Amino acid sequence: MSPNIRIALRFLTAKRRSMIMSLVGIVFGVGFFIVTQAQTSGFEEFFIKTILGTNGAIRIEDSMQDTLRSMSSDGSTFDFAHRDNVRYVEGVAEPAKLAQAVAQFENVTGIAEVVTGVTLVRGSLRNDSARVFGVQIDDILKVSDLSQQIVFGHLNDFRINPTGLLVGRVLANRLGINVGDPITLEAVGQMRHYRVSAIFETGVSDIDRQRIYMHMQECRSLLQKPNGASFLQIAVADRYRATADAAHMQETLHHLVTPWQAREKTWLEVFRALRVSSALTVSTIILISGLGMFNTLAMIVMEKTKEISILRSMGYTRKDIAHIFLWQGAIVLIGGVILGWIFGAAITYGVSRLPIRIRGIFSTDSFVVAWSVWHYLAAATTAGVVVMLASFIPARRAARLEPGDVIRGTSQ
Amino acid sequence: MNPASASLDLAISCIGVHRYLGTGEARVHVLRGVDFEAERGKVHAIVGPSGCGKSTLLYLLGLLDRADAGEVWINGQSMSQTDDLARTAIRCEHIGFVFQFHFLLPEFTALENVMMPMRKLGRLSPEHMEARAQQLLVDVGMGDKSLRLATQLSGGEQQRVAIARSLANAPAIVLADEPTGNLDQKNSAQVFELLCRLARENGQAVVLVTHNPEIAHRCDAVRPMRDGLFI
Repeated sequence: MSPNIRIALRFLTAKRRSMIMSLVGIVFGVGFFIVTQAQTSGFEEFFIKTILGTNGAIRIEDSMQDTLRSMSSDGSTFDFAHRDNVRYVEGVAEPAKLAQAVAQFENVTGIAEVVTGVTLVRGSLRNDSARVFGVQIDDILKVSDLSQQIVFGHLNDFRINPTGLLVGRVLANRLGINVGDPITLEAVGQMRHYRVSAIFETGVSDIDRQRIYMHMQECRSLLQKPNGASFLQIAVADRYRATADAAHMQETLHHLVTPWQAREKTWLEVFRALRVSSALTVSTIILISGLGMFNTLAMIVMEKTKEISILRSMGYTRKDIAHIFLWQGAIVLIGGVILGWIFGAAITYGVSRLPIRIRGIFSTDSFVVAWSVWHYLAAATTAGVVVMLASFIPARRAARLEPGDVIRGTSQ
Repeated sequence: MNPASASLDLAISCIGVHRYLGTGEARVHVLRGVDFEAERGKVHAIVGPSGCGKSTLLYLLGLLDRADAGEVWINGQSMSQTDDLARTAIRCEHIGFVFQFHFLLPEFTALENVMMPMRKLGRLSPEHMEARAQQLLVDVGMGDKSLRLATQLSGGEQQRVAIARSLANAPAIVLADEPTGNLDQKNSAQVFELLCRLARENGQAVVLVTHNPEIAHRCDAVRPMRDGLFI
């Protein structure tokens, strides 16, 4: 053990109670930092998992057309959206070819064509509007968590029944329908009868209130859209590459391609703000501990001027003296961080067991936490910066003491 | 003149040292061109009334302070151009201090206090450091109390431990500021005898500041001081 660490350890005992208070503050600060990050990240992670499991990582919709080329067309009528200087023709005209091209992207793991449109639903209690999604069941299962979202009924019933429907839970409740009940959909002036095969719940209230899945051919027929698709829903292996992949796809495929990060930007910003806000709030505990640490070390410097001078007279350099005080901070920091990690992990586990029912942007019946080593490193870094800053000033002051002045002052 | 060339026996010397203390109207000319030299193996006493500049000179000789003018030589090497790091290294290796109020580190045992300069110098293995520290404590009559904390020792005992500590790195020079000033007559005599014996045995130059004429009289050389000058 270096002489400086040995002296630092002994000096710590001089202010044991104050040091323990600082240590406890760091333990609480680090622990609460970890648990708040675990919660906010956990809910954020769960939200991302939910949206990826419902709407996929990437959506390709609306082909892009050059403005001048559109202007010089032969006058036939197009439905298009005008955004900035690009014209978007709604829908995907050649979904099969587009899917083939998309499949070339390394990160893509699944592609599903979707035809969608608005219908009027007649239930036993009331009528309501809904959005039907025409899908190939095997394709949509590759790009969503639909199989895990079924809460009543069975997916196989839907698979084998061409007129079967998968109905969102909130919509089913509003309409007063259950699995096996008949249901009537009205669209484009025609009315057709179906049967509820299963009821699903994504946890996203907007989706659960208005979405109905049906077989692709039946949907085309109902909406009278024999060709094309409304959009392609795509799953990827690495979700964090979705933005780059989407930009690349948009560039090469001339379609509007939206990654999940852009689609859910608002909620992601809310989660980010919550995470930063909670980190800042909890960091004040660490900050207060740092102030306590500063006070204690400053007191030790004042009380130990004679000892510092005698160490200097023995040949301990200014750097050694500074290190002795920095080590005191470091020792408390290391102890506080390790105990804080254990404390943080324990409360994170405890919180994950707390029941709480949340519906709206996702569905959960208990607190969701994320276990990430980065939370522990971030807590340790925050505590490290605060404690070492708090130790630096007293350490510098101790190092600047002139031994001659101190000894002269006490010996004359 | 380089005092080293004058005599190889000189461990420490100074020429024309001036030192001012305080600022503004409180500024005092404490040392007014002092010359001093100390030979190896001899005990030198600096005597004089309080405030005459004895301790200030001692701290300048011990490189704990810097002169406003003049030169200090340690083992023939001029200290005037050395930086703080070099002066600290010289203190560690060549100078041992004994202060009036012993200044042991209270959180450490007598043995650990004596080992502290050795740990800084880092020349010996931990086992050798401990053995040497124990031997030094035996030499000063504290062998049986080596594991006691400094706070568990009497004033005289602490001063003896401080002497052992000052000798830890076998320095060429031992500077003692009123080493017996805080002790009763019996302990004063013991501490002084100890310093003299060790200095002669080890060939060290001992410079001590004292008010005690009896002790000064028994030193090899006595330099009376008044108003910042030797008389």
